[in-house]
Amino acid sequence: MYPSKFDYHRPSSVQEAVQILSDNPDAKVLAGGHSLIPVMKLRLAAPAALVDIGRIDALQGISRSNGSLRIGACVTYNEIANSADVQAAAPLLAEAAGQIGDRQVRYRGTIGGNLSHADPASDLPAAALALGATLNVSGASGSRSVSASDFFVDLMMTALQPDEILTSVEISAASAGTGSAYVKFEHPASGYALCGAAAVVTRGADGSCTGASLCFNGVSATAVSASGVASSLVGSDLSDDAIVSAVSGLSIPDATGDMFASAGYRQELAKSIGTQALLTARDRA
Amino acid sequence: MAGESNGAGVFGSSIRRREDPELITGRAKYTDDLQLPGMVYCTILRSDYAHAKINSIDASEAEALEGVIAVYTAKDIEGSGVPGGIPVGWLLPDMKIPEHYMLAKDTTRYVGDGVAIVVAEDQYTAHDALDLIYVDYDPRDGIADPKAATEDGAPLVHEEAPNNIAFDWEIGDKESTDAAFANAAHVASLDIVNNRLIPNAMEPRAALADYNSITGELVLYMTTQNPHIHRLLMSLASLGLPEHKIRVIAPEVGGGFGSKIHHYADEAIAAWASMQIGRPVKWTATRTETYLTDAHGRDHVTQAEMAIDANGKFIGLRVDTYAAMGAYLSTFAPAVPTYLYGTLMSGEYDLPAIHCHVFGVFTHTVPVDAYRGAGRPEATFVVERLVDEAARVTGLDPAEIRRRNFVAPDNFPYQTQVALAYDSGNYEGALDKALEAIGYDDFRSEQAAAREQGRYLGIGLSTYIEACGLAPSAVVGSLGAQAGQWESAVVRVHATGKVTVYSGCSGHGQGHETTYAQIVASALGVPYEDIDVIEGDSGVMPHGWGTYGSRSAATGGSAIASAAEKVVDKARTIAAHLLEAAEEDLEFEDGNFFVKGSPDQAQSLPDVALQAYLAHNLPKGIEPALEATSFYDPENFVFPFGTHIAIVEVCANTGQVDLQRYLAVDDVGNVINPMIVDGQVHGGIAQGVGQSLYETAVYDEGANLLSGTMLDYAVPKAHFLPSFETDRTVTPCPHNPLGVKGVGEAGTIASPAAVVNAVVDALSPFGVNHIDMPVTSEKVWNAMN
Repeated sequence: MYPSKFDYHRPSSVQEAVQILSDNPDAKVLAGGHSLIPVMKLRLAAPAALVDIGRIDALQGISRSNGSLRIGACVTYNEIANSADVQAAAPLLAEAAGQIGDRQVRYRGTIGGNLSHADPASDLPAAALALGATLNVSGASGSRSVSASDFFVDLMMTALQPDEILTSVEISAASAGTGSAYVKFEHPASGYALCGAAAVVTRGADGSCTGASLCFNGVSATAVSASGVASSLVGSDLSDDAIVSAVSGLSIPDATGDMFASAGYRQELAKSIGTQALLTARDRA
Repeated sequence: MAGESNGAGVFGSSIRRREDPELITGRAKYTDDLQLPGMVYCTILRSDYAHAKINSIDASEAEALEGVIAVYTAKDIEGSGVPGGIPVGWLLPDMKIPEHYMLAKDTTRYVGDGVAIVVAEDQYTAHDALDLIYVDYDPRDGIADPKAATEDGAPLVHEEAPNNIAFDWEIGDKESTDAAFANAAHVASLDIVNNRLIPNAMEPRAALADYNSITGELVLYMTTQNPHIHRLLMSLASLGLPEHKIRVIAPEVGGGFGSKIHHYADEAIAAWASMQIGRPVKWTATRTETYLTDAHGRDHVTQAEMAIDANGKFIGLRVDTYAAMGAYLSTFAPAVPTYLYGTLMSGEYDLPAIHCHVFGVFTHTVPVDAYRGAGRPEATFVVERLVDEAARVTGLDPAEIRRRNFVAPDNFPYQTQVALAYDSGNYEGALDKALEAIGYDDFRSEQAAAREQGRYLGIGLSTYIEACGLAPSAVVGSLGAQAGQWESAVVRVHATGKVTVYSGCSGHGQGHETTYAQIVASALGVPYEDIDVIEGDSGVMPHGWGTYGSRSAATGGSAIASAAEKVVDKARTIAAHLLEAAEEDLEFEDGNFFVKGSPDQAQSLPDVALQAYLAHNLPKGIEPALEATSFYDPENFVFPFGTHIAIVEVCANTGQVDLQRYLAVDDVGNVINPMIVDGQVHGGIAQGVGQSLYETAVYDEGANLLSGTMLDYAVPKAHFLPSFETDRTVTPCPHNPLGVKGVGEAGTIASPAAVVNAVVDALSPFGVNHIDMPVTSEKVWNAMN
């Protein structure tokens, strides 16, 4: 497993990193490296240069202010899974991050790398989608914010331009009466999601559902939101029956199949895993 | 450890493995860790096509790359005058043996078939250069399914093998078997696919070859389970160097599971390259290459039927199997689906008529050869699945139908209808112990109650037998082996009474350094710490046949026991002389010789050893020094057996199989080290569960390997498995000096049937009577819906 030759850059600021990316169209951003390095070793990717953003201070850290949670792009899965701030403000993200790979992967892999790589079977995209996360990016032409629902474009394709870097993720802190859950059915080889369901439900003072979200990893080319299920839950009493009935009509467009699991089976898994996620989220609300 | 390590009690105790401190602290040296002055690296360009004609190869850009020393193709090997062959070491009557050359000459026959060699100053350059070799291929159709490959019009792997049939083999009696079916009250029938597996030893294969052009000597460090076999085949078939000029050394070897028995092109290529350039050459497989070149396992398509009389007694078994050989005949490949498969079809049962017919089939895939269990897991799966199906069609309980058909304990030796003569056994003893431990009767009520709640539990039995401890040399010779299967040992007592033991086996994780020392400590009565064991160097120990087929205790251990006995005999003669007593008056206890009744006047083994080396006062006719060599050829195979039981719950929503309990009662004869035996059983079960629930090598219709990485090929993880419950019965082997059998493969042989039988039992409310491995959640979900 020997990659092709590549140049290595280690910028100390986002600005410098963006400049290197604009100057080197064949460069790739290196964060935790747990997706990029393996494909380079397999020679499925051969970038001319790597831009290592792992030591840029501005991309580190988790902070909370004014009901909003900000996570730097280079924060690791392990930090997210164990952060008291994330557990309090966005427990869904902590739960999903804690289920990624194994301990070694969680100590190296980063939220920014994960979302930018946009592997549909990874665990964070559906969580980001279900939480309505905002993704802050910087590029040669300045900075902008992209909602998670606009960020994932296609299989391993995002709204990022070649000279842009995801710098941080912002999530509104969960309101009172909100519960969430991430439930994953693992591929036995890779540990990636054959189907991963991220659910968020909010109950009003009378116990009825005032907001819901159900998103999936692993079922199609990007993480998807089952908006039909969510809208049919709003206003319901969130009983078992209400949840089962809302999920029963679930159909994910363009579900994908592979040698391990067919598209049809993934649809069935989505119903089962989605129901479990909603039931657990409800119990936590 | 000192307290438990002295004298005779060492045999049978769970001494911790002395191998482990080095292994777990990273100090152990594997082949790829070795560095030699002037060493260079070799990489191999592999075919991207399952089947293609090679029109031309343009290596000029690769040759021009800085750091590249040479690029070679098959033409260069032919031009060098070496034999260049990769031979098959087991011959069957009328078998087609197509040429297998070290590199593809004009046709590639599987994805991964070697096409060209790069030798370069460093690994990066050696890999970069592969991208600069341009091969003009003319792609042809390929085929991977062993049954479809025999149909008329299927793409041919070798022109000389019509319908891709390498051999057409049978065992048993067709006529009496047909008659049994004509008289049957019930017939159980199953179509079974035994899924193809990729070995996945933790350490990829590697070789470091150092050829000295002045002396003509080749030292070859390599990942091998059998250095002497590799030396022999390198000499005779591949390199043409005289055998005594080749020294094959196995440094630490990180697992094999059979994959490091075989003689592959790659290690021969490294050696040949060193001969060309006169510098040490290292080749190390990438994980991708291990998937594309390590001999795969299993890959059978089978139809099987059991004839049963009105009393639930088995009266006939009929098996037809298409067994993939892959693109070429690997070292022991023809033996695996024949003499290691058809001969096991009697299982633990008194079966009066058996007929087993096997086609060995060429396919455009990686060659298939022995993989942990080798033929016996496939046979056990056929028999034990059929027995459960027989229980279903007769309405008998799976435990009851087994009881009615076991070979009875007083019926040994038992001659099967498929050549083997079982020497000993107590099958019902192991079954009873296992049923009691698992709580079989209670489980059935729990299962019924769970079904009421829509939960699906299942229990599966596998009452297995295996033939291992390979093997009586004359017997395997008569069946086609181009090798002996005896084993060698040297027990050398040094002048100070310390002991070095040499074995012709070659451990690669089994713990021989510990268990062999335990054997010698007990036999000689010397402290365990005073005994070292050396294996894996053809330049140091007598010829041996290596480690595979659960043979190292039964043959290697027996050879050591025999050599130790010779040492004691010689020491007794010397001790009698020193004590001025008659030999027959001497006792030997805890390493001391003394006249009966006078233990205070003793000569210890170290005392005797010192005198043997000084040779100042030896009895007449006794040679100096104290050591003995033994070449032990077993009388028979050994026959471990037992009962394994799996309990599963199947998720009604997702189809996921949850393996909740796994219990094994094995009878491996006398046990040298219970902890090591448990470890072997655990590993074997994990591998068999892997086959039954997770692992499968997938080829597409054009014979491209789809499951080419560990992202797709599911080796079981620790958290997939319950904590195994293990127990034993002990029926010593009657024909070897230690009473030991073998344990390396038992778990892998027994467990696939136990797990699948449990899943089928869980799914019985859905009318399911078989499900092919691996039993994925989707297959189960489909079966339930």
